[in-house]
Amino acid sequence: MNTSNVELPTWIEVVLIPLLNIFLALVFSGLIILAIGEDPIKAVGIMINGAFGYDEAIGYTLYYTTNFIFTGLAVAVAFHARLFNIGGEGQAYIGGLGVGLAFLLLDKHLPALLLIPIGILMAAVFGALWAFIPAWLQAYRGSHIVITTIMFNFIAASLMVYLLVNVLIMPGSMSPETREFDTAGWLPFMHELFAWFGVNITRTPLNMSFLLALVCCVLVWLYIWKTQWGYALRTAGHSEAAAVYAGINPKRIVIIAMCISGGLAGLVAVNEIMGVHHRLLLNFPAGYGFTGIAVALMGRNHPLGILVASLLFGVLYQGGTELAFEVPKITREMVVAIQGLIILFSGALALMLRPWTVRVWLGLTRQSAT
Amino acid sequence: MTADRRTQEGGSLPPAIELRKISKRFGNVQANQDIDLRVESGTIHGIVGENGAGKSTLMSILYGFYQADSGNILINGHTRKIKSSREAIEAGIGMVHQHFMLVDTFTVLENVMLGAEQSHLLKTSGAHARDALRHLADEYELKVPLDTLIGDLPVGQQQRTEILKALYRNADILILDEPTGVLTPQEADQLFRVLQVLKERGVTIILITHKLREIMDITDNVSVLRLGKIVSTQRTADTDMATLAELMVGRKLVTQSFDKVSNADADTGISVRNVTVTDERGLNRLNNISFDVRRGEIVGIAGVAGNGQSTLLELLSGIKSPSTGEFTINNHVVSTDAALDPARMRDIGVQHVPEDRLRLGLVKAFSAAESSLLGYHTKPAFNWRMFLKASTIREACKRLMVAFDVRPPDPKLKSASFSGGNQQKLILARELDKAPSVLLVGQPTRGVDIGAIELIHRKIVEMRDNGCAVLLVSVELDEIMALSDRILVMYEGQVVGSMHGSEADKTTLGLMMANALDQVA
Amino acid sequence: MSSSLNKFLKPAIIGAVTALVAATTVNAADISPAVVFDMGGKFDKSFNQGVYDGVEKFKTETGIEYREFEVTNETQREQALRRMAQRGANPVLGVGFAQAPAMEKVAKEFPDTKFTIIDAVVDLPNVQSVVFKEHEGSFLVGVLAAMASESGKVGFVGGMDIPLIRRFACGYEQGAKHANADAEVIQNMTGTTPAAWNDPGRGSELSKGQFDRGVDVIYAAAGGTGVGVYQAAKDAGKLAIGVDSNQNYLHPGTMLTSMLKRVDVAAYNAFKQAMDDTWQSGIQVLGLAEAGVGWALDEHNEGLVSADMKSAIEAVSAKIVSGDVKVHDYTSDNTCSY
Repeated sequence: MNTSNVELPTWIEVVLIPLLNIFLALVFSGLIILAIGEDPIKAVGIMINGAFGYDEAIGYTLYYTTNFIFTGLAVAVAFHARLFNIGGEGQAYIGGLGVGLAFLLLDKHLPALLLIPIGILMAAVFGALWAFIPAWLQAYRGSHIVITTIMFNFIAASLMVYLLVNVLIMPGSMSPETREFDTAGWLPFMHELFAWFGVNITRTPLNMSFLLALVCCVLVWLYIWKTQWGYALRTAGHSEAAAVYAGINPKRIVIIAMCISGGLAGLVAVNEIMGVHHRLLLNFPAGYGFTGIAVALMGRNHPLGILVASLLFGVLYQGGTELAFEVPKITREMVVAIQGLIILFSGALALMLRPWTVRVWLGLTRQSAT
Repeated sequence: MTADRRTQEGGSLPPAIELRKISKRFGNVQANQDIDLRVESGTIHGIVGENGAGKSTLMSILYGFYQADSGNILINGHTRKIKSSREAIEAGIGMVHQHFMLVDTFTVLENVMLGAEQSHLLKTSGAHARDALRHLADEYELKVPLDTLIGDLPVGQQQRTEILKALYRNADILILDEPTGVLTPQEADQLFRVLQVLKERGVTIILITHKLREIMDITDNVSVLRLGKIVSTQRTADTDMATLAELMVGRKLVTQSFDKVSNADADTGISVRNVTVTDERGLNRLNNISFDVRRGEIVGIAGVAGNGQSTLLELLSGIKSPSTGEFTINNHVVSTDAALDPARMRDIGVQHVPEDRLRLGLVKAFSAAESSLLGYHTKPAFNWRMFLKASTIREACKRLMVAFDVRPPDPKLKSASFSGGNQQKLILARELDKAPSVLLVGQPTRGVDIGAIELIHRKIVEMRDNGCAVLLVSVELDEIMALSDRILVMYEGQVVGSMHGSEADKTTLGLMMANALDQVA
Repeated sequence: MSSSLNKFLKPAIIGAVTALVAATTVNAADISPAVVFDMGGKFDKSFNQGVYDGVEKFKTETGIEYREFEVTNETQREQALRRMAQRGANPVLGVGFAQAPAMEKVAKEFPDTKFTIIDAVVDLPNVQSVVFKEHEGSFLVGVLAAMASESGKVGFVGGMDIPLIRRFACGYEQGAKHANADAEVIQNMTGTTPAAWNDPGRGSELSKGQFDRGVDVIYAAAGGTGVGVYQAAKDAGKLAIGVDSNQNYLHPGTMLTSMLKRVDVAAYNAFKQAMDDTWQSGIQVLGLAEAGVGWALDEHNEGLVSADMKSAIEAVSAKIVSGDVKVHDYTSDNTCSY
């Protein structure tokens, strides 16, 4: 029976099916943990406690969440224009370069009130520029954006290694990283922010970019669904022919969507560089750009869904760290495997349970109808 | 419910297909309800009904795409469960879809074999199939060049290939879904001759169509579906088109006829001069074409699909620009160097109802309100520079829906959830509401219910009477002839003939469409 | 997606070894050591694995369990070090120069905990920094490579192009030129992402490329990528030089020698000294003189190293120790001019 065109109530689509998927993933993960002779219930307990149990855990979870919101939104905006931006990783990396260059030049001369907006702007602009080139190639030369954005990740990595090893490196340093920026460019940590109001919480990498991420969620939602530009973008995404018919230039949409996408990915640098490390260093995007694809997929490309999916991935990262920390037998490779299973079930196999759910739902409703 | 059972008996054989109390629902929609249907062996049985009446669902159940919620299917007197198209084929049922299921880059032979290979070795299968097809060709007078690529064949031949495919799989029951939609009148006649031969050889044929003339011409029996139920099954000879149309729609239809006008002195709304449009592959989609459309005149473009009509609409609506030549539209001159994009065209009062409403005319995933904004999202009426005026847009959409009788009149409903006719009415409403000076209309009633056709035709004529220059493209000759004040016939990117609407006759037009008038004359 | 995740959780950094022992006195039985491996992971066949070998040896000998963690992104370094200290681990061993900024922060927060960092210097009273003179060890194998080479062309395959690896390359080049002033040194880096530390296929490709250009001895300083280099040398009948630990046994007959960097000893010592209460903060620079770096001669390569070569190496070695031969350290001025 073909069930794909049967409409289900929203709460089943958005809440029940994702929960079932995560449950299924946990069952499989439990089997693996069982196989190495550990208690799966205890492991899940450690993960959840490690992600939510105390203020430090929550801080780390939300710190990861921040990165995923940025990259998830980046993928989603591009996706609404039917573009698959695989280049979040490189765009985040180059976004970091923007922050780094600005701060190396300016951090001694400007106050925080100017420096921080400049840093955020530079992260977004550099990320956008890095996405602009593949976008232009797609729009005007027909080079497939999936291929070019992947290649641009490698180019970004090479460029950053070159710059950090040869140009921007702090003289005499062993590590390929710049000097530490002046504190004027540091985005306040949340524990600092809370301390201003007399609330003491444990120090974590969570910083004000989390608030920026939440603002971005709202802005993206407004942009996509409430503005005429978002309307044009979605029209082009759904049907290029319809866009042309409506007088929308699909090439321009490709450029605009990718630049917004790249800018959002570039904001990862605000969290990592301005918020946490306070210096430009190698490999800070650490795969967040790629994970953003899974986040967007799970979040159904909607800011609210992306927020929830980012939180889930934050939990997975932070809970997984605690799990590897507390249970020596569970190595980080196993943690990756468990994370992978959850991504697999809630992303790639998201629709696996749907036909079954549809049948159960139809069965139930038919009974109640008669 | 079935008023009369006086169907033509096909000898003493059990009916080829008998459906008993077939019901099927999707969510809240009862697509089929207690369908009883007997299709006698060796007859041609027509099934007519409006869009959404449940024809496709019924055939999909018969062909194994869906399972009925309740009821039985009997094939040649035996109850069968048909859970997949494979099982349908095993039961002897073959289907020729409206859109052919053929691989363009394969030959006829390869297409026929595909999925029914007799051996793992292509060569052996090929030899077997060639043999079998030669037999079939002789038996049923179905000649198709076996080693030609499908893509190189005319549509009629492709359709024969589909029929051969079914016969090669030993089908003795053949279902044809809207088979003449893509054919010229001459090709359609050839198809009907083939169907007659098949019938004489004992093949049972179910013909799904909305063209009542075809039903009258070729079927033995006819069933009418309305709102998921069979409202009538009777011998075709015992009924007539008017009765069938009433049964389909459920009410009396006023026969419409429109006055033809001749406005030889009026201003030209569109004036095309020696325009050629060349595509990316270097083919001339339009080849040195010239014509005029005057204000207050409907000019119909007749032709078999794919002879440049689509390009013509794209050209005049600004989607494509002329490669050479120029045209004047609503007093604006357009040429290669001075192109107008679709947004500008709208600004100067050129409105376009596109041929392919699902691809161009609206966005399926959008709500009706969003689709009703397509092309106008930059207009100050609908936005405050940045943000869209959501409630204004909804109200405007609601107004359009009421004016054009779009059902259900709910702007929040997804565009895809509307029936084809209602989608079309929404698009027409959107474009006509802007009071165009020039109106381009492509296939206004393709896949649209009889009831809606009335309204659409009336609205188009209304525009003409308001002084609008109307260019109408349609593959439905009846429609062209009913509406057009002048008719132009296109063949391979050129205008090959022209007639006055009042003088047009189908045979001449049909020959022009095949560019065969000279041979006859 | 999971594969991309996986890929980026792979090795990030060539490790360095630091062991640190608390400044305060503790009872031998009380110590609860901990180690934070870097992104390469403890089985990277390279630095992290050297540390792993060292701490495992400690565990076997003393029966004292240790806590461990493998970081998977930049932020976890600080998190893991702090977490170890919070849990009362002492000493806490951090692997690799990339952990230096994190250790600097955490060591300040826990002044009573002993920290040891390998391959970087953190100047705090409770931190022991262990760094190696990789350029000296590389100089020695450079000499050996130039002497063993018939073509006069020797090769170098690095992991990522970072200062640490340039230090290896620069020492190697000096050694080769020292033995044969006309020697040509061809260098390649494997990649620009952390994947470069574990890409044997690319290592093999680069080696073949160098062989085609006439190279007949290749020195690999590229973590797991080296495995591909050694295999390519064996397949081509050329010579290869291992790195960090003694890798001569991998392909006896084509492994000319290995440049030893005793991170295992450094790791072992950090824990052992803490247990014996002899741990001291400060900087330890381990070169040839301290036997922190060296070259490997065993039954697997004795057929390849002639008496001449052996005596030449020993002579150069003595001169480096005495200071008669100065080996330029790339990272002292970020150039390789000597």
